[in-house]
Parts: sequence; C-alpha cells; structure tokens
Amino acid sequence: MSAMQKPSAPQDLPNGPGAAAMLAAGIGATTVGLFSLLRDAFSGIAHFFNFYGPTGPLSGVTTSAVAVWLIAWYVLGTKWREQEVNLARVGTVAFVLLAIGFALTFPPIMDVLQGK
Amino acid sequence: MEISWRDLITVFHGMGFGALFMLAFTGAIAELYRMSAPGAPAVPSERDQTLLRLYLIGMVVLSWAAVLTGAYLVYPWYRALPPAGTTDLSAFPQAFLSSSPSTREWHDLGMEWKENVAWIAPISMTMVAYVYAKYRAVLAKHLRLRKAVLVFTLAAFLATGVAGLFGAFLNKYAPVRGGATIQLIKGE
Repeated sequence: MSAMQKPSAPQDLPNGPGAAAMLAAGIGATTVGLFSLLRDAFSGIAHFFNFYGPTGPLSGVTTSAVAVWLIAWYVLGTKWREQEVNLARVGTVAFVLLAIGFALTFPPIMDVLQGK
Repeated sequence: MEISWRDLITVFHGMGFGALFMLAFTGAIAELYRMSAPGAPAVPSERDQTLLRLYLIGMVVLSWAAVLTGAYLVYPWYRALPPAGTTDLSAFPQAFLSSSPSTREWHDLGMEWKENVAWIAPISMTMVAYVYAKYRAVLAKHLRLRKAVLVFTLAAFLATGVAGLFGAFLNKYAPVRGGATIQLIKGE
C-alpha cells in the first residue's frame, strides 16, 4: 500500500454520522454489560432472556444488546446525518460507556454490585 | 488422524475465526494510524483505501463469525447438563469445571467473562469499519474521530484477547468433545 494520489471521499463530510456510530457502539457495549448483570442478578430476567434454549439466557442478553445498539445507531445516525456535533463531548461519553460495558461484564465487579 | 465434530467446530470458532481476527489487529492498527495520521506525506490512493476498507470488513465478518459460532454452536455443548447420576463429567465441560474448587473459577470467572465481553469486539469493529468506509482519507481531518476509531479498535482487541485467552485455557482444562468422528488422514 504505497502508491499515493488524490482522495475521493468528500472533504466536507460532517462528523455527525461518525459520532453516531461511535456513541451507538458505546451504548451497545454498555448494554451488553448491563443486560449481563441483570441476567446474573435476577432469575426472572434470566428466564426472560432465554431466547434459545441450548444457549440459554446468553442468547437473549446478546440479541437484545445488539438490537439496542442497532436501534441507537439508526436513531442517532438519522438525527446527526447532516450535522457537526461536539465530538469531544460525544467521544467522552462513548468512551465512558465503553469502559462501563467492559466493567459490567467482569464477574468480580458483577458480584460486588450484587453484594455477593 | 481423527477429530470429533465438536472439536472441529471449536477449532473453527477459536482458530479459524477468533485467532485470525486477533492476528488481523496489528495490521489494522498500524494501517489505520499510518493512513489517517495528520502530517502523513500524502493522501492514500484509492486502491490503498479500498484495500483497508476490505480488510476491515473482513475483520468484521471474522468477529461476528467468532461470537456467533461460539454462542450458538460451541457454548450449548459446553453448558449441556449431565443426566442425573452421571459420574464421568468429561463430556460436560461446565459441570466438570464446577465440580471441583480447583477448576470452578475457570467457569465462574473465565467463561462468565468471556461469553459476555467477547460481544464488545464485533460491535466495536463494525463501528470502526463503518467510520473508515464512510470517511476514508478524510478521517485525517477529524482528529477526535480518528482517535475514537483507534480506541474502539484497541477495545475490540482487548475484548478478543480476554475471550481468546480464556477460550484457550477452558479448552485445555475442559475441552468440548464428542459427536461424529471425522477421519482426516488414514493411518498406514
């Protein structure tokens, strides 16, 4: 990949679509963690998330989290399609959500939050 | 030389998709940084941009293939409950690991973390591939967006690392085996 020439992507592309994808990914990561915690904490929710028997509640946790992520992406992407947004703020929120997602999937943190 | 059907699927999940996805990270991180860094000597060619776009899309496909085969093919075998009275738990990995204090944490910590955190990888990589495909070389103009792409790529790398590491250990202590036997090479 060494040949260089003029770019073809539009130079005035707003940052909105990228910000929407970034924030939605953060929301998706947090949702994975949050739904995992809820499944672990409440047997009724674990039962609800049992979308596919052989896989168990994991099927509902991940399917629902992916659905939330895609819906969030669609909504934000539609809203920010032509906009310039404050990327510093959106980026900070997205990174915090990503970190929360990681934390909530970590079993020792799940246990602490449940008082185990 | 033989392999069981479940072993074969586990190899596809872990080595075919997961490890290949993991290997692709170094190239993706280096190339994303090189091609979109401010002050780069020139703008990447259309061909270079297309190659990176295809590379990232390939990573997205690998990441989704890894989590979907893991959750819907391998995991059901892993978590299958042994019939009452079963004393040999070797065909029931989760029950086997949970049966001893010396192995219980491989499930309680390892699998419980792996099965959830792994899903952050395809979500993050899909975002990275979309943003690169949308902005291509113009990404260099959006410093914060470029940083976000790199952060989410690293997050996907971390999530895959956790999943891959525990996957390897789990398969060492309690391998998922069984199903039809496939003969790979006939012995003399």
